[in-house]
Amino acid sequence: MIRFLLRRLALTIPTFIALMFITFVMVRLVPGDPIEVRRGERGISPERLAQLRHEMGLDQPVWKQFLDYANGLLHGDFGTSLVSKSPVLHEFFTLFPATVELTLTAMLFAVVLGVPAGVIAASRRGGFYDQTLMGLALTGYSMPIFWWGLILVLVMSNTLGLTPVSGRTDLINYFYDPVTGFALIDSLLSGQEGAFGDAVHHLILPMIVLGTLPLAVIARMTRSSMLEVLEEDYVRTARAKGLSWTRVVGVHALRNALIPVVTVIGLQVGGLLAGAVLTETIFSWPGVGKWLIESINRRDYPALQGGIMLIATIVIIVNLLVDMLYGLINPRIRHAR
Amino acid sequence: MPGDASLPAAAAAPAPPGPFRAFWRAFRENRGAVLGLAVVGFILFVAVFAPLLAPYSPIEQFRGFSKLPPFWVEGSDPRFILGTDAVGRDMLSRLMYGARVSLFIGLSVMVVSMVAGVALGLSAAFFGGIIDVIIIRVMDLIMAIPSLVLAILIIAIIGPNLANTIAAVTVVGLPRYVRLVRASALTELTRDYVTAARVSGVGRFRLMTVTVLPNCLAPLIVQAALGLSDAILEAAGLGFLGLGAQPPTPEWGAMLADTRDLMLSHPWVMAFPGLAILTTVLAINLMGDGLRDALDPRLRRS
Repeated sequence: MIRFLLRRLALTIPTFIALMFITFVMVRLVPGDPIEVRRGERGISPERLAQLRHEMGLDQPVWKQFLDYANGLLHGDFGTSLVSKSPVLHEFFTLFPATVELTLTAMLFAVVLGVPAGVIAASRRGGFYDQTLMGLALTGYSMPIFWWGLILVLVMSNTLGLTPVSGRTDLINYFYDPVTGFALIDSLLSGQEGAFGDAVHHLILPMIVLGTLPLAVIARMTRSSMLEVLEEDYVRTARAKGLSWTRVVGVHALRNALIPVVTVIGLQVGGLLAGAVLTETIFSWPGVGKWLIESINRRDYPALQGGIMLIATIVIIVNLLVDMLYGLINPRIRHAR
Repeated sequence: MPGDASLPAAAAAPAPPGPFRAFWRAFRENRGAVLGLAVVGFILFVAVFAPLLAPYSPIEQFRGFSKLPPFWVEGSDPRFILGTDAVGRDMLSRLMYGARVSLFIGLSVMVVSMVAGVALGLSAAFFGGIIDVIIIRVMDLIMAIPSLVLAILIIAIIGPNLANTIAAVTVVGLPRYVRLVRASALTELTRDYVTAARVSGVGRFRLMTVTVLPNCLAPLIVQAALGLSDAILEAAGLGFLGLGAQPPTPEWGAMLADTRDLMLSHPWVMAFPGLAILTTVLAINLMGDGLRDALDPRLRRS
């Protein structure tokens, strides 16, 4: 097992180095000079311009800039945002809990509904429930989430008045310190009456919007994995022993059917972060997705570089963890390598 | 469409059931897939003949006719069946031309991805060694960055327009094609017929393209269908963020973004472009599921 882990870990190192190189080069290629963007706003003298360039390290040769960048990364320095002047790492992790909260609840939503939906569809193969659930899953899978978000806002917020249109908290009525950065926990810690309910209300629509695609994927995957398992001999044996159908499906079959589903759940993380960009934009959710889009518009090189670097690193780490988990629950995998 | 192409071929095929007829028989069993194919055919028809079918130009602005509702809502104008947008452009015409834009993006991405995916995937499988490692590492790298974030980054660098949307969406989706081709080619390479071909002196290039490639096609066709719908969704997402086709191009995602301010007062303006995206993508996915069941016997059981 340890050999497998080390091997898997070693494989990520070249990916990581290439990632540093590519984020650096790509961001350098973005048209528009950050200084000129600002000079357009107010007249800056040539001396001041040179001084600013020097401060930002933009007057160094490109290879030097890259080495500084790589060296900084290894020391946890992801650069300083040109706009806010605060370290990118700090800025990222201030906003990151909002994205984590959104993606985790969306994932929870997807798993809690998706696995049972898949199990029901598989155990009623070809029947009404199967066809309805799979029809819905395919629709969810095909849904443009930005439109889905707008529709939900229109119906739930504007017509029915059930949920807020955007944001994370009702700032007029509630204010609490970001102790953990998770609105659900902070609102409870604050002890303010109604704050938690308010946080939940704000979270519901973005969660549904972001969770729809993984929900559809998980439901489809659970169904097909379940169908395969249900044909196995041990399921027939369990049935022959006289165990109830519910017990056979729910315990014997489900445990084995979930192995590929776990992988799929892990693979959704990258997709969730991509979806978070759109979801956060629609709902003005103050997370890293929205921040990244804003950084592009502001030509904030370091923020972009650091942000993409951090997001990719997180995706790599999560994929690594999923692989390990997969090795743990499925011994065939770790011995095969 | 691979499905479309098979129709005349199946009809013209001589008596013994050829591969196309066998495929069509399996495909026909799946009602959803046939429905998907029909809808895709219809959308394709509208896209191709948009200039003949559309009542107006998609960019012509009718003064004094802006924000008209569709025909079943009070206050509509019979000349504009699905109403008009914020600046008085005919919704139906824009949707029809939008089908052109979306399908053009989707099909271009699909063709480029297939060609590049086959070239890279086969090279990785056949040459192995350092070439394989480099190709696979680069693909892993692309997959490590969330698709839309990478697409946005690419667009930020090369600028937002139709061609660049195609480029960005292609790069983002490429790893799946490459890995698929590589994996199927590696499996095929262990088969006896490949050894036989090698022994009989078939050259490497011929072995790659003529001997092995046709046997990797089934999963590739399925991937192409699913890749087509993904590409359309991805491109619409970019359009929605203002990073895709630029105005006044009638792109469905961009049309949605235009209507965000109007959403509350004139909800129908928002309804149609989204519905068009959903219908198209859903139809392609239905068709793709049918293709998978018909072409890939290993997956047929599920």
